[in-house]
Amino acid sequence: MSSSVLTDLLQKHEAAILQDWVAAQRQAGIRADLIDEQTVQANSRDLLRVFITAASQGTADLDAEYWKPVKALLQRLSQTQSRQGFSPSETATFVFSLKEVLFSYAQRHTDQPLVCIGEISRLIDKLGLYSFESFVSTRETVIREQQESMLELSTPVVELWQGILAIPLIGSLDSNRTQIVMEALLQKIVETESDIAIIDITGVPTVDTMVAQHLLKTVTAAKLMGAKCIISGIRPQIAATIVHLGVELGDVVTKSSLADAFRLALREQDVRLVANKPR
Amino acid sequence: MGTTQTFPLKQETDIVVIRQQVRKVAEQARLGLVSQTKIVTAASEIARNALIYGGGGEARLTGTQRDGRSAVHLVIIDHGAGIEDLDKAMVDGYTSGNGLGLGLSGARRLVDDFSIRSAPGEGTTVELWKWR
Repeated sequence: MSSSVLTDLLQKHEAAILQDWVAAQRQAGIRADLIDEQTVQANSRDLLRVFITAASQGTADLDAEYWKPVKALLQRLSQTQSRQGFSPSETATFVFSLKEVLFSYAQRHTDQPLVCIGEISRLIDKLGLYSFESFVSTRETVIREQQESMLELSTPVVELWQGILAIPLIGSLDSNRTQIVMEALLQKIVETESDIAIIDITGVPTVDTMVAQHLLKTVTAAKLMGAKCIISGIRPQIAATIVHLGVELGDVVTKSSLADAFRLALREQDVRLVANKPR
Repeated sequence: MGTTQTFPLKQETDIVVIRQQVRKVAEQARLGLVSQTKIVTAASEIARNALIYGGGGEARLTGTQRDGRSAVHLVIIDHGAGIEDLDKAMVDGYTSGNGLGLGLSGARRLVDDFSIRSAPGEGTTVELWKWR
């Protein structure tokens, strides 16, 4: 019974409710830098329309088929706002500001305001939570995308000299990234026909057994291709840790700094650099 | 006594978070740079074991005191299959997966106090201490 009361109320006052709702959103503060008033108006109108259509068919079960358009619209709006940089509360305000408006209409225009208000409250809360969930899941997608794009950003292989490559590793090395690093290095060794590759780990904060294992595998793979690897940038605290871990670096050539490694590489290539002026 | 922070351990990026937090607490406990690096590395090993072999779990980190010295206390818990033969698992070079087999034994050498509890079917709990 209450459902039809609500439906009557909504249908009778649709235009006025829309106007008050937009006004309520304006009062709560519209992010003028991110969204214009026309869009707010259009979004509100669309949502109110599908909301009324769904509510007229029943308000008990939001999982029902006829609530799908409402959810789809909310999801789309929340996703957009999430990507545009709205805050979670700004996104939630969109739905929640409708509650106050409907309350006041229920109070003024129905003879059972309490029943009606209870129903409105339950509905809007659920829809608010739903838009919030969509918002957060979009944020998570954005974070994942950023993580993935960082994987690609952070693996530049540079040619220091003819036949000498260097790969400065920065940040934590986890399996995905190390895999990409390894492939990029091996590929570049082929392209540039290099004999020596310097892997610099100055920017790697933690070298645990997995990182060590990946480094050793890279060195071995490079060796199979006829290139020699030098690992540089091993800081004192990392050296102490590797020893206690019990990792054997075997016959891998290591140097404490990239400069040292480069000097060694030049010597191996029979290159001698002569300064014009003695220092 | 400091407060205990709990971190989830469900995916590889959680290991990075745990490492960073352990480093922060170790800095606050004014551990030396080598000690910091050691406890961070040990945390990384144990957390990765818990994730790969134990299917994930959680880490509890406390900055505290031990015998009057400031200390870092880390407990990593998983609810996986557990370890059948602890003595064997602690041997250098033994691995049930395809790692170097140095994680557990190496981590024990990196910290000041190490304890491990595990039984088949009951998951594994590893406790690490590093003090000043």
